[in-house]
Amino acid sequence: MRKQRTLSRSRELWAYAFLAVPIVFYVVVRFYPSIFAFYLSLTDWDIVSRDKGFVGFENYARLFSDSVFRKTLFNTIRYVVVGLPASMFLGFVLAYNINKLTFGSSLYKTVFFMPYITSMVAVAWVWRWLYQPPPVGVFNNILVAIGLPSQQFLRSIGQAWISILVTTVWADLGFQMIILLAGLKGIPDEYYEAARIDGAGNMQILRKITLPLLKPTAIFLLISGTIRYLRIFTQVMNMTSQGDGGPLNSTKPLVLYIYDTAFKSFEMGYSAAMTVVLFFIILVITLIQMRVTRSEDQ
Amino acid sequence: MKKERRILVMLLVLLGMCLSLFAGGKGEEETVDDGVTEIVYWQYFYETKKNLIDELIKEFEAANPDIRVIHQTFPYENYNTKVASSVPTGEGPNVINLYYGWLPMYMDAGYLQPLPEDAFPPEEIEAEYFPLVEAGKFDGKYYALPTAVRSLALFYNKDLFREAGLDPDSPPETMEEALEMAKKLTKTDKAGNYLQEGWGLQLNGQIHHWLREILVRQFGGQPYSDDGRTVTYNSQAGYDALKYATDFQLVHHVGMPNFMTDDVTAFKAGTLAMNIDGSFRLGTLDEIEELDYGVADIPTLNGVASNFASYWANGITSTTTGKELEASVKFLQFLLSDDVQARWLEAIGELPAKKDIALRPEFVNDPKYGPFIRGLENAHATMFVDETGQRQVWLDAWDQVVLNGMSVEDALNQAAETEQAILDRYYEGK
Repeated sequence: MRKQRTLSRSRELWAYAFLAVPIVFYVVVRFYPSIFAFYLSLTDWDIVSRDKGFVGFENYARLFSDSVFRKTLFNTIRYVVVGLPASMFLGFVLAYNINKLTFGSSLYKTVFFMPYITSMVAVAWVWRWLYQPPPVGVFNNILVAIGLPSQQFLRSIGQAWISILVTTVWADLGFQMIILLAGLKGIPDEYYEAARIDGAGNMQILRKITLPLLKPTAIFLLISGTIRYLRIFTQVMNMTSQGDGGPLNSTKPLVLYIYDTAFKSFEMGYSAAMTVVLFFIILVITLIQMRVTRSEDQ
Repeated sequence: MKKERRILVMLLVLLGMCLSLFAGGKGEEETVDDGVTEIVYWQYFYETKKNLIDELIKEFEAANPDIRVIHQTFPYENYNTKVASSVPTGEGPNVINLYYGWLPMYMDAGYLQPLPEDAFPPEEIEAEYFPLVEAGKFDGKYYALPTAVRSLALFYNKDLFREAGLDPDSPPETMEEALEMAKKLTKTDKAGNYLQEGWGLQLNGQIHHWLREILVRQFGGQPYSDDGRTVTYNSQAGYDALKYATDFQLVHHVGMPNFMTDDVTAFKAGTLAMNIDGSFRLGTLDEIEELDYGVADIPTLNGVASNFASYWANGITSTTTGKELEASVKFLQFLLSDDVQARWLEAIGELPAKKDIALRPEFVNDPKYGPFIRGLENAHATMFVDETGQRQVWLDAWDQVVLNGMSVEDALNQAAETEQAILDRYYEGK
């Protein structure tokens, strides 16, 4: 009896021993800085000063009158609201059609999945060159060749964010497709057979069987995608001139503004305040989504 | 029980190992007691600069066998961040190369120590150096000094001049001439897309300096108050300057920002005819053999000549003491020596910071260095407190006018308001 308890306890201790490493890592590298950011947001620390002057909620008050903060928050939300549905829809169209293929589907899967595993920096720079004005940019050269006016793309307030989003969706498609494809494969063939025998058409099958049974997959993609699109940074950093999120901040996501404020203007306190706000936004979104998923389980 | 204790001990050891990993390799470098003092020098990576400093260090070490200099460079984009984030950790170099516009911030942090007056007498500095080095003077003491200073001039592509039927040996002297030439040097396709630009408009290159310190003054204004704390370009002169420059893109169609990604790429590729750029570009452009280019004084406007000057200064960090300080002082004296200043010009293209050396006939009359050195006479160095932020303000003003159709008055007033807020935050309580 006693021996057994010792054995199980020592097993447990070994488990703790192995888990200690990641725990220390998380505490030191993740949790401690996160909590520290809350404190920093109440100071006017400029990274090089020895003392961090306590300013109370001054940084938060400044957020309200900062039009760049509002603009970048809006941009971030716009990336999620426009980009995520677009990539999920296109991902579904791809998955739905590839799922029907009997021959060559792995070729298609590979082709569409490649961008996802390519480094975002490389993707961003290739697309940046594609968007260049003529005679360098391929897109503009095509437009000119077929007699259409050339477009400003990344140099235009209206087109720049869409151009960046197109690149993002293109790189993101493969992931959506693969996961949705797995979801489609998980739907038993019997359901389809039964529906066909009952005389259901393709649209009916799609609406009444495929889409409802894909819901758990879609929810997973929605949650992971929201977080991914909220964190858009690399593409804007690399596709705008010197990573300034321009023109006129029209492409700058909140994360890039936080980065610039912290590491270019060295206003650590103010950028920490923005981080805290972003933290609460993500927290609220996550809570809502957890709610939705939980009711799904029941 | 024994076993449990052993596991617990292992756990603690593991924890300890992790923690020591995070603490970083501090405390290793200090004791090399072979009579050699090691000092560390930091600068940003610029190929010609890195190579020259490597060469200079070899010579310095040969002359001072008891000193070893460790040279570390960092990418330019992250250099300021790297330096700033090294300050709270207390790690970092003994001698450091900093942009003059960053000095106020590092001074506030107590990062630098005053240069010892016996080694660097203030009267001598004031007599020998160009007056712009005063940006490194705080409370009557010098904290950082440059080997070299930089100014702007007009780079022009001689082949493109010939092709357009212009005389490659008579570059424009006034802006009126420059604009006429720029029109002749611009090529577009049928739809109006640029194939070749006549005039470079890379705002985030040097063009924001052209607007701020050159055009505003040429229209009779002053960009800032004398103490640098108040924005004063939101005046008629400022509006005129912004109108004049944006007209190059909007009315005259001789160029646009980010053509071929940036001005340097376009100039190197021979698709940009005239560009305002710094002396530091000479070294880069000379590497391209097929490029036949000339350098001229910045064109005057309304009879006024103006220029923008800047520099990278060397200082000694405040944590440097004892033997390391002695060695650092020696190394700094070496870096500022007449010989190094002259070689710096030839290797990098930056101008000697001492007047005597810069004004040597062989340099002033040099076709490439001459315009830069002459430009120093009426050059102004903007007193930046947040270089990135203050540059962005002008980029945004430009975009408001060009992309958003805003009036120059509104765009510049908005810029002035934003920049004044940056200045106020910095000077608050000083």
